[in-house]
Amino acid sequence: MNSPHLGKDLLGLEELTAAKIQLLLDTAEPFKEISLRAIKKVPTLRGATIVNLFFEPSTRTRISFEFAEKRLSADTVNVASAGSSVSKGETLVDTARNLEAMKIDMVVVRHAASGAARFLAQRIESNVINAGDGTHEHPTQGLLDMLTLRDHFKRLEGLRVCICGDVLHSRVARSNIWGLQKMGAEVAICGPRSLLPNHVESLGVHVFRRIEEAIEWADALNILRLQLERMQGGYIPSLREYNRVFGVTREKLERAPRDILIMHPGPMNRGVEIDSDVADGPHSVILDQVTNGVAVRMAVLYLLAGGNPALAEAAKG
Amino acid sequence: MPNSTPHQYVLLRNGRVLDPSSNLDVTGDVLVANGVIEHAGAPLGDVRRDGDLVEIDCAGQVVSPGFVDVHCHLREPGREDVETIATGARAAAAGGFTAVCAMPNTDPVTDNQAAVGFIIRQAMRAAAARVYPIGAISVGQKGEALAEFGEMIGAGAVAVSDDGKPVASAQLMRTALEYARTFEIPVADHCEEPTLAKGGAMNEGVVSARLGLKGIPSEAEEIMVIRDILLARRTGGHVHLCHMSTRTSVELIRWGKDRNIRVTAEVCPHHLSLTEESVEGYNTNAKMNPPLRTAEDVEYLKQAVKDGTIDLVATDHAPHHYDEKEREFSDAPNGIIGLETALAVMVTNLVEPGIISYATLVDRMSCSPARIFHLPGGTLRRGSVADITVFDPAARWSVDPATFLSKGRNTPYAGMSLTGRATCTIVGGRIVYRLTS
Repeated sequence: MNSPHLGKDLLGLEELTAAKIQLLLDTAEPFKEISLRAIKKVPTLRGATIVNLFFEPSTRTRISFEFAEKRLSADTVNVASAGSSVSKGETLVDTARNLEAMKIDMVVVRHAASGAARFLAQRIESNVINAGDGTHEHPTQGLLDMLTLRDHFKRLEGLRVCICGDVLHSRVARSNIWGLQKMGAEVAICGPRSLLPNHVESLGVHVFRRIEEAIEWADALNILRLQLERMQGGYIPSLREYNRVFGVTREKLERAPRDILIMHPGPMNRGVEIDSDVADGPHSVILDQVTNGVAVRMAVLYLLAGGNPALAEAAKG
Repeated sequence: MPNSTPHQYVLLRNGRVLDPSSNLDVTGDVLVANGVIEHAGAPLGDVRRDGDLVEIDCAGQVVSPGFVDVHCHLREPGREDVETIATGARAAAAGGFTAVCAMPNTDPVTDNQAAVGFIIRQAMRAAAARVYPIGAISVGQKGEALAEFGEMIGAGAVAVSDDGKPVASAQLMRTALEYARTFEIPVADHCEEPTLAKGGAMNEGVVSARLGLKGIPSEAEEIMVIRDILLARRTGGHVHLCHMSTRTSVELIRWGKDRNIRVTAEVCPHHLSLTEESVEGYNTNAKMNPPLRTAEDVEYLKQAVKDGTIDLVATDHAPHHYDEKEREFSDAPNGIIGLETALAVMVTNLVEPGIISYATLVDRMSCSPARIFHLPGGTLRRGSVADITVFDPAARWSVDPATFLSKGRNTPYAGMSLTGRATCTIVGGRIVYRLTS
């Protein structure tokens, strides 16, 4: 169905207006409280069937979506590629059509191919939520990052956020770049040039070559995971060197002109892109991001299902 | 279906007779007798012959030597569900091509004389456009051992290529160029440095950065272009560079030609008309190798067609089953069909905007490819084989893949309105295609 507020799907933040992003963040606010209750459940999406279609391994995103769905009382089915018909060679479109034939309402899809969520959305009637497509976008991660920033700074406009690390293999980076820019923040990236996409400057970001420069400039660092499984390509000489040159350490942060908020979409490689005393330090909001993830996903589900943002508080039941 | 009824005489009346190979551009007639050109030029007046004579009014149309495509994929043997030599040849005729060269990346690979003979026999049965096999450079296109050039040429192959795959080994490429000199055939190379291109799905640039797709840098092509040119200089062999796509490739080819190195090059209509922007929305019908590049590259390629740095236009016709393209962008196969749209894409994007003349169009699509690949045709000179294309330069038509004679439907031009269309194709004096309204 077509949501009056969001349209049919949530595929990425590039195509969302600032007003829609604002709406999503504002709608997430009242849903935060549900997770703090003894009985963490409201009847808002009772009767809705949602399929979590994860063609790539994911723990936190899948669980976060599942919590969001269950807390809104939706019926959920998890499909992972291992052991499914996908592993028998079924195509994505056939998988989608079969699910559609079972009369579902929404699909949350994670896939290794950029554009896979859009591909699915164009071929099925159900609402599609992109839970990460290749190295393209991860919109709910971008939203939860923005919600966390907004919680802390009470604003997004004018904030300076630097995304640090393996931007080349990241889907989080683009969602952050587009989302933050639309909300009036300045965005920079920092990492070894071999781990930044060529022409990344065309996305309107500053590029810092040295992490020290980024620390001097930023209000917040969003530190990306070094995707160790992709490092056979020889993008960097060693993890040790990476940590010494680009790793965010307490020693480097201590030279910052101001307190810097530390974020990380996880899972972290401690001692590689981020040291433990930074990850667990006073400026880290990494676990707040995880908490906010559930609220943001509840807001996305609620609005796509046709929920009225003006009644979001009431929807808490 | 093509009309393959042979006529002893064919008289094409009142057309613009355009043959750059003989500096001919007049309104007049062409007379074909027993499969060869008897007359091309001034109006003949009353023509009477003993025997079967068919007369076609070509007023308002261009009568030119038949188009020759030196680069297409007909998929047989191996993928007859996607295209056969018969359907490919009929599609070629419908596009105004009287001859096409079939690349050897079939299954099994066309790397021996038996495989070459099979293609020739299938083409004869099809009785549409001529089909010339291109043999593989290396056995199985594995890039390891040279295939038997001599045997394949003896059986009818006209060139060698590992197209679909680059010749990664510079030593093998050098040997191929040296050995091919024995037979004076071109060695056609798919220029792609494999380690730079690995995993790439589109041009590396601003669009790939935005879409999160792994890019193929233009240097992947250019490094191989200069390697091949330098090896041609070293060996004296004739290297033919397939499907050029970048500005720097053009500059490197110009550098080679200025030094009289035996290098020729082709460009595809899609690289002259579309940019990387066509990939937006993860459109798999815009996925090809080499990928669609930038607007600047397209402009350079157009000028290179005009000034002759790029010698000829080839389609790289690459049919795929619709469900092979109906998938995630990074997993979809490369390539589009092109035989039935090539002329119109060229007229719409190069002739109508005034970049090239119709004479240059005919040279790049007919005379030049026939000359470079040493093929019959490419001329209307008296006594030549009567391979002729008649096209309506003003015909405006909307591309509807469902009407194509190719089995392929994978075209980014679907729904576009284009100008220029073949109306009659004659091969060896035989009318193999006529456009019905």
